[in-house]
Amino acid sequence: MALRVEQPVTMESYAGLKPAWCPGCGNFGILRALNKALVEMKVQPWQLLMVSGIGQAGKLPHYSRGNTFNSLHGRAVPPAVAAKIANPELVVIVIGGDGDGYSEGGNHFLHVLRRNHDITHIVHDNQVYALTKGQASPTSDEGYVSKTTPGGALPPLNALGVAIMAGATFVARTFAGDLDHAARTIQEGVRHRGFALIDVLQPCVTFNHVNTFKWYSERVYKLDERGHNPQDKMAALEVVQQWGERIPIGVIYREQRPTYEDRIPALKKGPLAKQVIDPQRIAPLFQEFQ
Amino acid sequence: MPVEANFMVGGEAGQGVQSVGAVLAKTLARGGYHVFADQDYESRIRGGHNFFRIRASNMPVAAIKEPLDILVALNQETIDLHRMEVAPGGVVVYDQEKGQPGEGNYLGVPFTRLAQEKAGNRIMANSVAFGAALGLTGYDLDAAANIVRGFFGGDVGEANVTATRAGYDYATENFKGERPLNLKPLGDGKRLLMNGHDAVALGAIAAGCNFMAGYPMTPATPILEYLSTHAKDMDMAVVQTEDEISAINMAIGASFAGARAMTATSGSGFCLMVEGVGLAGITETPVVIVNAQRPGPAVGLPTRTEQGDLLFVLHCHQGDFPRAVLAPASVEDAFWLTIKAFNLADKYQLPVIMLTDHYLATSYITVDGFDLSKVVIDRGETYSPERHGPPQEYKRHKVTGSGISPRAFPGLTEALVVTDSDEHDETGHLIEDARARTEQVEKRLRKLNGLGQETSPPEVYGPPNAETTLVGWGSTWGALRESIDILNRGNGKFNLLHLRELWPFPSEAVNSILQQAKRSYVVESNAAGQLARLIRAETGRLVDGKVLKYDGRPFTPSGIAEQVKEEVYHGAKS
Ligand SMILES: Cc1ncc(C[n+]2csc(CCOP(=O)(O)OP(=O)(O)O)c2C)c(N)n1
Ligand SMILES: [Mg+2]
Repeated sequence: MALRVEQPVTMESYAGLKPAWCPGCGNFGILRALNKALVEMKVQPWQLLMVSGIGQAGKLPHYSRGNTFNSLHGRAVPPAVAAKIANPELVVIVIGGDGDGYSEGGNHFLHVLRRNHDITHIVHDNQVYALTKGQASPTSDEGYVSKTTPGGALPPLNALGVAIMAGATFVARTFAGDLDHAARTIQEGVRHRGFALIDVLQPCVTFNHVNTFKWYSERVYKLDERGHNPQDKMAALEVVQQWGERIPIGVIYREQRPTYEDRIPALKKGPLAKQVIDPQRIAPLFQEFQ
Repeated sequence: MPVEANFMVGGEAGQGVQSVGAVLAKTLARGGYHVFADQDYESRIRGGHNFFRIRASNMPVAAIKEPLDILVALNQETIDLHRMEVAPGGVVVYDQEKGQPGEGNYLGVPFTRLAQEKAGNRIMANSVAFGAALGLTGYDLDAAANIVRGFFGGDVGEANVTATRAGYDYATENFKGERPLNLKPLGDGKRLLMNGHDAVALGAIAAGCNFMAGYPMTPATPILEYLSTHAKDMDMAVVQTEDEISAINMAIGASFAGARAMTATSGSGFCLMVEGVGLAGITETPVVIVNAQRPGPAVGLPTRTEQGDLLFVLHCHQGDFPRAVLAPASVEDAFWLTIKAFNLADKYQLPVIMLTDHYLATSYITVDGFDLSKVVIDRGETYSPERHGPPQEYKRHKVTGSGISPRAFPGLTEALVVTDSDEHDETGHLIEDARARTEQVEKRLRKLNGLGQETSPPEVYGPPNAETTLVGWGSTWGALRESIDILNRGNGKFNLLHLRELWPFPSEAVNSILQQAKRSYVVESNAAGQLARLIRAETGRLVDGKVLKYDGRPFTPSGIAEQVKEEVYHGAKS
């Protein structure tokens, strides 16, 4: 091992480029919460891999610091899980919007949960397509009026409900306006062994004039203060159906299951990225063709 | 003295055509013969018409030969469809209870009854048929029995040996005419009998591929299956994904993080992957993509063959970025070109597309084996602090003269590896700045200079001063070479220019070879003459004609020779 001068991890370690988000955007809160969580967990930026999609949310890695794969719209999850397989020593965090994760990336979302790759997926859920300037998203509230939904949006996708039924082992919701809660929830997600889905209520100050900071603040309540048991699947399924007047935040569902990486025998010998290639290893395979 | 033996086994799906074909091919290969076998089957599990052709010789063979010495008919349809392909001295061996003899040499054998009586299971009718075919050649039964035993294994193996013997004895006793073939083992055959996708999979493992993601689609599926089967003993991670979009994006993610990664698909699946091809292009992430061609568009003909994706894979995706396109000419070539694909991908940090097809994927051939000491692994220039400076200064997309920026892997050093599907600057962070954009486009395209030098010269077969040059690419190589031999048997003057590395296109070499010919014809399995267009685009040369086939069936040497004669001596039809 080369000599490594371990720097203490501080918020300064995670100071990235200057964000190009609108002033007052909920994304600032998520950025700060993520950095705070990483600092508290003493993760060094070089140990971190952020894989993001396309959207305002997907720009986050550029405004933090770490290894970054800013991938395609809707396609952040597949490269992220594969990178984790290639090198399980990385802390892998997926960052994207509601459109990115739940719509364009819908098929990945549906199937990645039960495979239980050991990564964390943070969804900046502003209930709107911000980067493309204000169309409805799969989580827009019913009746939400946008240029593509002049008659009001259809009923939304219950993404967290789908996640639980699709085999997620960690499902949480937090709020960009509550730094401590968001940082704590992200930490729990990263510490969880398995796929952690964290939906973050993220006010969009420019395009969503319904679900504002004030709107969310008046409605959110903390599940851990109400004695919710995240191990209780039926209770969790009840929680994900609450929306509107009262919006629950916190860890909604949690279960322990072997991760995808646990099931790959090759990884018992260490990360694929560190393997030495020996072409001679295939010699025994020729027998079958004789 | 050349020995040539040509068999066909035909029947419906579920009758065991494939097993008879495989066992026969294996028996002859083990007996020291050179073997080539191809398959024709429908996209269904039961019923329909399937056949398996086997050619064996004491000389190397790389294509099917007509006519047949022995036609093994498991049903009447096989007799009806193929009796005209049998040589004058050839024999049709058929199931007495299921078929009617026609004119010529026929041997009726009660395949099903013997299977039931001798082996206790009518399902083994195909092994009786195998035995009967072998009986007609006088081949050593014990040598064949060993192959049958190994192929089926255990008690089932023994029962199939009994069935084989029953067919063999029946044919020996009841066939009164002159044997269509006299075959005996030539020695202990050490050659390997494999198909093109076996070779791709083995080549990938030899190259150190340790990550594969794929979604099943004929004819690419066997690569995914083979690698899944051997993932554990070969230290690989193999993922069956939710779709092809995921497959290519996973391969890219694994590669970014330091694995050697690939995916494999066909036609429609490749269409879904196209956005990923561009992602690999702009993020400069190595990835090997096998596109096993089948006739399109859309679902097309799932179990048939075509070379219809050439222009598609060359041009798919918006924008300009470098890529490499390789099309193996043979099974042996598939092994070595796969290794080259991984090396090019890593060295130039780009997507490499391997164009195989159904014909190459499902045709078996004997190969002499692969000298693993000749396998070269080139992972390209990777970042090290000693050579490239401190990690704080690392830039993933550093602008260099060669266009190649040393690659670091996340978490393996303290260098932060940043890349983006958005245009980015040297650091990998997204930009919209005009200068950085221009710099990155040019840097990426500069990689073509080095990449172009890596293209091996195309092969010329036949007399260099031939009047007529046939130009082919990819899997038609074996049939084309033999067609040249056929054409030159008269007073023809033909040679073959064959391409297996199609991009970067070897323009100069192709130009100078075509310059020497009076006439040139492309021979391709597609309707448009895609190689002809490529040659025109890259050399400005127009070929004189096109010999095309797009019925989903593979070219045969005699088929090409006839089509070429038609074209050359009677003028172009179109
Ligand atoms: C394949 C593809 N389709 C569409 C787009 C255009 N596009 C970019 S971001 C986006 C939606 C953004 O919404 P969301 O994911 O919720 O992110 P936000 O901007 O709200 O953070 C769309 C449709 C694209 N880049 N790629
Ligand atoms: Mg959004």
